[in-house]
Amino acid sequence: MSDRTDNRRFRVYRYKRGDGAERFDEFDVPVGPHSSVLDALRWIQLHLDPSLAMRHSCLHASCGTCGMQVDGREELACVCWVQDQGTQITVEPLANLPILTDLVVEMTGFFERFPHAHPIIRSSEPPVSEDSDAEATAHHAEVALQTDLTLHHHPLHHLHRAAPPAVDFVRLEDCIECGLCLSACPVASTSHEYVGPAALAAAERLLEEPRGVKREDVLAWASRPEGVWRCHVSFECTQACPADAIPAERIMALRRQLMFGENDDKEKER
Amino acid sequence: MSAPATNELPGTAERDLPGPIHHKGPGPAESGWFDPRHRGHGGRGLALHRITGLVIVLYLYLHLGVLSMLLIGRSSWSSFLSLVTAKSFLALEAVLIAAVAFHGLNGIRVALVGSGIAVPREQGMFWIATALAIAVGIFAALHVLGVL
Repeated sequence: MSDRTDNRRFRVYRYKRGDGAERFDEFDVPVGPHSSVLDALRWIQLHLDPSLAMRHSCLHASCGTCGMQVDGREELACVCWVQDQGTQITVEPLANLPILTDLVVEMTGFFERFPHAHPIIRSSEPPVSEDSDAEATAHHAEVALQTDLTLHHHPLHHLHRAAPPAVDFVRLEDCIECGLCLSACPVASTSHEYVGPAALAAAERLLEEPRGVKREDVLAWASRPEGVWRCHVSFECTQACPADAIPAERIMALRRQLMFGENDDKEKER
Repeated sequence: MSAPATNELPGTAERDLPGPIHHKGPGPAESGWFDPRHRGHGGRGLALHRITGLVIVLYLYLHLGVLSMLLIGRSSWSSFLSLVTAKSFLALEAVLIAAVAFHGLNGIRVALVGSGIAVPREQGMFWIATALAIAVGIFAALHVLGVL
């Protein structure tokens, strides 16, 4: 692959509180074959306009803070490659959320949509049960055979837990709470009361791992007028999601449980 | 030099002002669904479903209005018939039939997927509904133009 550097013109949305009108500023930015949109925005910040505000952190699509619209599509700027775009690239903040400044939106409204029972600390492991302990023991024995280690005699063996078969768990830990789904949702722009895809997907996640929350309470929360029934089945949230958290499929799973009282994980597998 | 009235930094009060909210679409926020740019099959399906629904409703009122011409008299009805039996006008009927077909077929898809049934097949069902609607439209066009 060539390491050639070329120039791209960036049209960047600008807004500062107290400055009055919104506007677009244009910047010519040198980019390489591996440049991301976030690289280009940081270059603008460093070399052309230090007042350009954006939010970013991890630089590898894990933190979900650099969500924005690139040529009208919801993207994480850190993994949105400039070479895949045109010669002029328009960058705007996410839709359906209040803009704080430039490319930074107020995320409070996004997080307030989540159900109150949404656990802040989430387990990445299945709940412990007698069965899972038995599975863990069997797994330890298998590992011990393969590696010639006697894990059962290790002083910390009780902390080791067998990993569940991956197919059994479609975890919403995949959701990085970036807000791209809410921006892409055509219903969210029509109704600010609609709780949106991420919050409804989190509710469906609660049904999978209730952690003391009553199933009926979650379903009652989801079936409010501004809940699952406002979704118009456009699947834009699933298309925009950078973490494959399949929010639309989870909303449909919630509806299925509300209508038929079923919990069929197979429907979420696409 | 007088002391400031409060300990707040300049501009602190402005932080509480609500910022603008961006929306997709060509006009007000409610038009977000209408913009087919940068949408996937589902978003475009939603837009097409609503547009065909509006077309069907408009046609209903147009149809009632046309029938009311019978109240005026035989001559006005006859002159109107000569207009609507023109081939250019009949071609519009093919578009209407295609719109009805898409709206109905996509409605079945939305009902099935929206109930949590056949969710993994929603994309395939969308393309089947679109292809069938186009086929029905072509068949209707050939039929009303007298080719078949």
